[in-house]
Amino acid sequence: MQLLLQEVMAGLATGAIYACMALAVVMIYQAIDHLNFAQGEMAMFSTFIAWQLMAWGQPYWVAFVASVILSFIGGVLIERVLFRPIHNAPVLSSLVAFIALFSILNSSAGYIWDYTIKTFPTPFGTKPLFGNGLIDAHEAGMIGVTLGLLGLLYLFFRGTRLGLAMRAAAANPVSARLVGIRVGWMTALGWGMAAAIGAVAGMLIAPVVFLEPNMMLGVLLYGFAGAVLGGLTSPGGAVLGGFAVGIIENLAGTFIPYVGRELKLTIALVLIVVVLMFRPSGLFGRSVVSRV
Amino acid sequence: MMLEVAGLDAFYGQNQALYGVAFSLDDGHIRTLLGANGAGKTTILRAICGMVRVAGDISFDGKRISGWATEDVVRLGVAHVPEGRGTFLRLSVEENLQLGAMTRKAGRKIADDIERIYVNFPRLKERRTQQAGTLSGGEQQMLAVGRALMLRPRLLLLDEPSFGLAPLIVEELFAILRRINAETGVAMLIVEQNAALALELAEHAYLLETGRVVMDAPAAIVGADESIRRSYLGY
Repeated sequence: MQLLLQEVMAGLATGAIYACMALAVVMIYQAIDHLNFAQGEMAMFSTFIAWQLMAWGQPYWVAFVASVILSFIGGVLIERVLFRPIHNAPVLSSLVAFIALFSILNSSAGYIWDYTIKTFPTPFGTKPLFGNGLIDAHEAGMIGVTLGLLGLLYLFFRGTRLGLAMRAAAANPVSARLVGIRVGWMTALGWGMAAAIGAVAGMLIAPVVFLEPNMMLGVLLYGFAGAVLGGLTSPGGAVLGGFAVGIIENLAGTFIPYVGRELKLTIALVLIVVVLMFRPSGLFGRSVVSRV
Repeated sequence: MMLEVAGLDAFYGQNQALYGVAFSLDDGHIRTLLGANGAGKTTILRAICGMVRVAGDISFDGKRISGWATEDVVRLGVAHVPEGRGTFLRLSVEENLQLGAMTRKAGRKIADDIERIYVNFPRLKERRTQQAGTLSGGEQQMLAVGRALMLRPRLLLLDEPSFGLAPLIVEELFAILRRINAETGVAMLIVEQNAALALELAEHAYLLETGRVVMDAPAAIVGADESIRRSYLGY
């Protein structure tokens, strides 16, 4: 029982990171109908920026905030420079652009900061939160920050005019233009926000997986699984999906014989395939029906 | 002259849909574009709003707006109720109305205007928190007109407002349009299949055939001419 509870709590903690990545993936998917395969590399690059700022002597939170802001600007720039010119191009062009972005970010991080594994500090500490060792402070911090982020996003999208404009632009771009919304800028804003969310995820997971250019590969895969499970059209669903994937991953790794630590990543792929086969719109997503 | 169109050509890819169309519309007036399916009525509205590729002149208040982006034309005070109504189906009724005022400054006036829309369309008030996709066709058309009015437009472009509505609802809608025109002085350009109704509301009509204006006359004259009615308007 103790072991089960422990694995669920640990699953929730890593699930928080998958939830952040899933949220970032969904933000961009809503805006441009494509999965951003470079989301993980963007998050990794943001984490390196924070690491660099700390290496130059900045305190943790200064580096954290600066990295989030820079990532936001970077996300907007990527949309404007790389994806705006091809927004009407066929799917394959976007795919190639995503792969290009992936390898550009991955190899320039390797070039600038090299491939040696670096440690990344946690602002929460690693002491057990309660006496029983169920969950440590950093894990609790990951969960707390993710839920806080989700709450802020909810307030932004439900409570502000800009949030309403972004929702309208994603739901119906033609009509959004007809009420005067600059749809292109809403898309860029979505990219910026996704990049900022990814930066938070990267900085929270880096103390666990350690910092190196390939750190986000597995994490992004789990993020995709979370987004697909919750539904690519539902931000709340994606977050729940992310948490669920974290728990499933941990439980399967511990309790299903032969899966163990080595085959854990397979679970994400199996999950994606199963969801796509039986419920393609995810648990909370809407299936798209169009009138002809 | 508020809206002046001259020598307007429009294209969908390689296909030309309008040939040298010319017409005009002044503040506070209502005019209608009539013609069979495929005559180019909808294309004219789209051309004004920068939704198709055009050549020729479109000017608004003397400013040349041909080739402008849709959102910039809207910001001049041109509201377009498009074919298919353009409703944000997953958003609530009230959010749809707020979106209509997206280019205006935030504040008290927008809330006042929403209340005014509810006075004109009481059904929308009952359903203010409902998803717009759950409204009936008539209610959605009312919502589309309401959303367009939230811009406080100077020019309202209406694409087949009667489409798919029961005759009683259509009459109600046209009565409201007439009242709004009288109260606010917003000019209207109406595309309609239901020519009899449009000719009652508008004071001037343009008859289109295969992308060209073939007749340009006061509504009363067009409506009274039996051969035109039979051959072009089908009633």
